[in-house]
Amino acid sequence: MSRRFTPKVVTANALIEGDVVWLTEDDRWTRTMSEAELIDDEAHAEIRLLDAQRQANIVVGAYLADARAGEEGPEPTHFREAFRTRGPSNYAHGKQVEA
Amino acid sequence: MYSYTDFDEAFVRERVSQFRHQVERRINGALTEDEFKPLRLMNGLYLQLHAYMLRVAVPYGTLNPTQMRQLAYIAERWDKGYGHFTTRQNIQFNWPKLKDVPDILDALADVQMHAIQTSGNTIRNVTADHFAGAAADEIEDPRPVAELLRQWSTDHPEFQFLPRKFKIAVTGSPNDRAVTKAHDVGLRMVRNAAGEPGYEVIVGGGLGRTPMVGKVIRDFLPKADLLPYIEAVVSVWNLLGRRDNKYKSRIKITVHENGLEKIRDLVEKRFNTLRPEFGDVDQALLREIEAQFAAPAFVKRSTDAYEQARATNAAFRSWTDTNLAAHKAEGYAIVSISIKKHGATPGDATAEQMRIMADLAERYGHSELRISHEQNVNLPHVHKSDLPAVYAALREADLATANIGLVSDIIACPGMDYCALATARSIPIAQEIATRFDELKLEHDIGPLKIKISGCINACGHHHVGHIGILGLDRAGVENYQITLGGDGTEDAAIGSRTGPGFPAEEIIPAIERLVLGYLDMRETPEETFLDAYKRLGMEPFKALLYPPENKANAA
Repeated sequence: MSRRFTPKVVTANALIEGDVVWLTEDDRWTRTMSEAELIDDEAHAEIRLLDAQRQANIVVGAYLADARAGEEGPEPTHFREAFRTRGPSNYAHGKQVEA
Repeated sequence: MYSYTDFDEAFVRERVSQFRHQVERRINGALTEDEFKPLRLMNGLYLQLHAYMLRVAVPYGTLNPTQMRQLAYIAERWDKGYGHFTTRQNIQFNWPKLKDVPDILDALADVQMHAIQTSGNTIRNVTADHFAGAAADEIEDPRPVAELLRQWSTDHPEFQFLPRKFKIAVTGSPNDRAVTKAHDVGLRMVRNAAGEPGYEVIVGGGLGRTPMVGKVIRDFLPKADLLPYIEAVVSVWNLLGRRDNKYKSRIKITVHENGLEKIRDLVEKRFNTLRPEFGDVDQALLREIEAQFAAPAFVKRSTDAYEQARATNAAFRSWTDTNLAAHKAEGYAIVSISIKKHGATPGDATAEQMRIMADLAERYGHSELRISHEQNVNLPHVHKSDLPAVYAALREADLATANIGLVSDIIACPGMDYCALATARSIPIAQEIATRFDELKLEHDIGPLKIKISGCINACGHHHVGHIGILGLDRAGVENYQITLGGDGTEDAAIGSRTGPGFPAEEIIPAIERLVLGYLDMRETPEETFLDAYKRLGMEPFKALLYPPENKANAA
C-alpha cells in the first residue's frame, strides 16, 4: 500500500539569484511561501512539478516539499523548509530581512 | 611563494572565458541545468540552500596580502561583506549571483587565484600544514611539492572523471597538522636511515559516512619518485574504484575491498611503468618551483620588547601563550589569528578583517598569510619584537581572541544554515558552546581540546577526529546531535567512538558542559589533556557524565 499523500508546495531556487522560490496557483514564482499553491492531490502535484521543471530558464532543482495550511497560507512542516523561508540563523541575511 | 607563469595565466583566463560563455548559454536557455551543473561544479560553483556558493581554492593554504585584499574586495562587491574559511583551506562566498560569477573568477585571476577543481570528481585543492615553511619541527617546506601536485593534477586529462573526489594533504613535519591520515592520499615527510628526506605515503584515509584512518602504502618514498608514484596510486584507483555506488567509490573503500597488499602491488607495477616515462621533467619543474618558495630573509633582532610586553600585559601574555607556535628561525614566532571569537561563526572573516590581516602580513610578516584547516588564519613569519604591535592591531579588529587549540576553537561546517546536504545546523551549536565556556571562564584551565562539528554524515566538520565530535542529524524531523569521543587528527590519528543516543539541540550544550567539567574532576594533573584522560579512562566514565540516570529518559 502506498503512503497517504500529504500536502505539498512546489519549490525551487531562482536561476540567477539562487534564492528560494515557490510556485503559485497562477503560475508565478513567489519569494513568500504563504503565497504558494498548497497541493492536496498527488496527481495534481506531479503535474505542477512538471510545470515547474519545464521552466528551466527561471528556476533550478524544483521539488515537492511538505507543507500545511496556515492562517496566511502554506507553512513549512520540516525545519529544513522553515530555514528556506528565512535564511541562515547566524546572520540577518536572506529572506528574513528581504521584503 | 609561487607566481603564475604565462602558461598558468593563459590557462586560468581561458577557463574564466569558457565559463563566462557557459553561464550566458545557461541563462539564455541553450544549456539545461543537467548540462550546466557539471560545468559550474568544475569551477567551484554550488547551489546551496539560500543561494549559490563559490568555493575558491587557496592552494596549500598560502595567500599573499594582495590576494587577501582581493578576497575582501570580492566579499564586498559581490557578496555580503564576508568570506568563510573552510576545513580544506578554501574560502567560500555564500551569496554570489550566477550572472556575477564570471566577473568574480576574473577578479580572482587578477591575483593568480581560481576555483578550478574545488568540486567535482577530480583531484581537489592540495592541502598542507599551515605552518609550512615556518615550523620548528619541519624537515622541509612541503609547499613546492604541493604546488607541483597542483600543476600536475589541474586539468590532468586522465583524472577529470574519477570515480569520486580525491583529496591529497601534505606535511613536511613528522608532527601532523594537516590531518594526512584522513585523506585519500596523505604525505608525511620523514627521514630514512641514511638521513635523507622522503615521504611516508598514506592511502585510503577519509571521514564521511565510512570513516577510516589511512594506511601506510610506502613507508619511505624518495622525494624524486613522488609524482610518478602518486600518479600510479590515482590511476590504479581510477580503474578499480567503483562507479556503481557513490558511497563505495572513494579509494578508502577500494583499499578496504581489495586489501592493501593488492593495491600496493598494483601501484608498484604501475609505478615501474610510469617512472621512466617521467624522466626528470617533474624534478626540473620542482627545482624551479622550490626557488620560488625560498625562505624570507630572517633578521636577528632583540626580543626584549616582546619579553617586556609579556611581563607587563596579562592579556598579551595570555594571547602569546595560546596563539603562538615555535618558528624555525631564532627570534621569530608563528602567529595564529583566531577566526573563532566567542559567539561568532567559526571561519568567517569580514572584508575589513581580511584587509587588516593583509596589512599586518605586509608590515610584519614577510607578506605571507596562511589559512588553516582549523579555520583560522596564520601569519607564519613574525619577529617577536613586532608581536606587541601585531597584537594591538588584531585587538582593534576584534581578532585577538586567545583561544587557539582550546574548547572554543571549534571547527564547524556551514551546516543547515547554508548547505543543501546538511541534516542539521552546526554553526549555532559552535556559537553556543564557545559562548558558554567563555561565561564559565574555564577554557584556559581546560587546556587543549578539539571540538569538531559536522551538520551531516559527510563530515566536512571533521567530527570523527575531534576529541569531542558532534554530528548533527535529522531524527524524525528534529535536529539531533550525536557525540563521539577520542578522535584524533594528528599522526596518532583515531576515529572517535559514539557515546550513545544523541541529544536534541537544547540539550547538547549542557551535555558538552557535563563532559568537560567531568573531565576536570577526573584528570590526574592539570597537564593531562581531555584526550589523554579519555585514553586512560576509556568511554565509561564519560558516558556516565553524559547519561546520568535521571536524564536517561530524556535522551533521544
